[in-house]
Amino acid sequence: MSVSTIEQAPLAQFAEQLAEKKAEQAEKLVIFAWSGELDKVWPTLILATTGAAMGKETTVFFTFWGLFPLVKNDVRITGENWMQKMLSLMNRGGDEHLRLSKMNFAGAGPAMMMHLAKEHVASPDELLQMAKEMGVHLVPCQMTMDLLGLKREDLIDGLDEPAGATKALFEAQGAITLFI
Amino acid sequence: MSITIARSLDLKGLSCPLPIVKTAKAMKELTPGQLIEVFATDPGSVPDFKAWAQATGNALVESSREGGVFHFVLKKKEI
Repeated sequence: MSVSTIEQAPLAQFAEQLAEKKAEQAEKLVIFAWSGELDKVWPTLILATTGAAMGKETTVFFTFWGLFPLVKNDVRITGENWMQKMLSLMNRGGDEHLRLSKMNFAGAGPAMMMHLAKEHVASPDELLQMAKEMGVHLVPCQMTMDLLGLKREDLIDGLDEPAGATKALFEAQGAITLFI
Repeated sequence: MSITIARSLDLKGLSCPLPIVKTAKAMKELTPGQLIEVFATDPGSVPDFKAWAQATGNALVESSREGGVFHFVLKKKEI
């Protein structure tokens, strides 16, 4: 009998510690924003603003297709060579030109989605503004900027300095991390 | 004893994440111990406010419903 009590004591303590750990919230949120589609950029920005509202130090790393929503809406063609130029032609940047990953219908889908959202839901553009106001770090990935031919002046204002994978993983230490 | 509410927010009609984001912003301007009340119509805000209070340490003093309107009272945490 006494043996089992001895065994139970540390177990109960362990359970208590576990519960405490669970109650202890991660203080950082890091999102890797890889996708450039409306239906993925939207939840990315919803989670980023919410993370900031919860008092978490929040960082969003924009890489690959995720960079295009950060292109200024009035910038049309980006890039130096014909491949990069073609890329921007086929995949227009700017948060007002996002497509849906399904049911895009040549832009009719996103238009309907924005119409449905208009009254109640903040648009990606509004959420991006809010994220900036709330101190969310919006970090463009330098390597993909070079690869896709996006220059700092092609991108919107209020972003952090472009950075690399090391900085991204450094920030991700001990954080909640999401890859969207 | 009367309870003074320092700030009242009408967030009716707004969806996730706006009720929480706007409350968090308003909360920043309060001093510790002050109360803020929020009116919202998003049913998702009920679990959201509960979780937000737990995560931030601000107390959710009241969470009630009248018709389609949810009423929350939060107390800013003491430092």
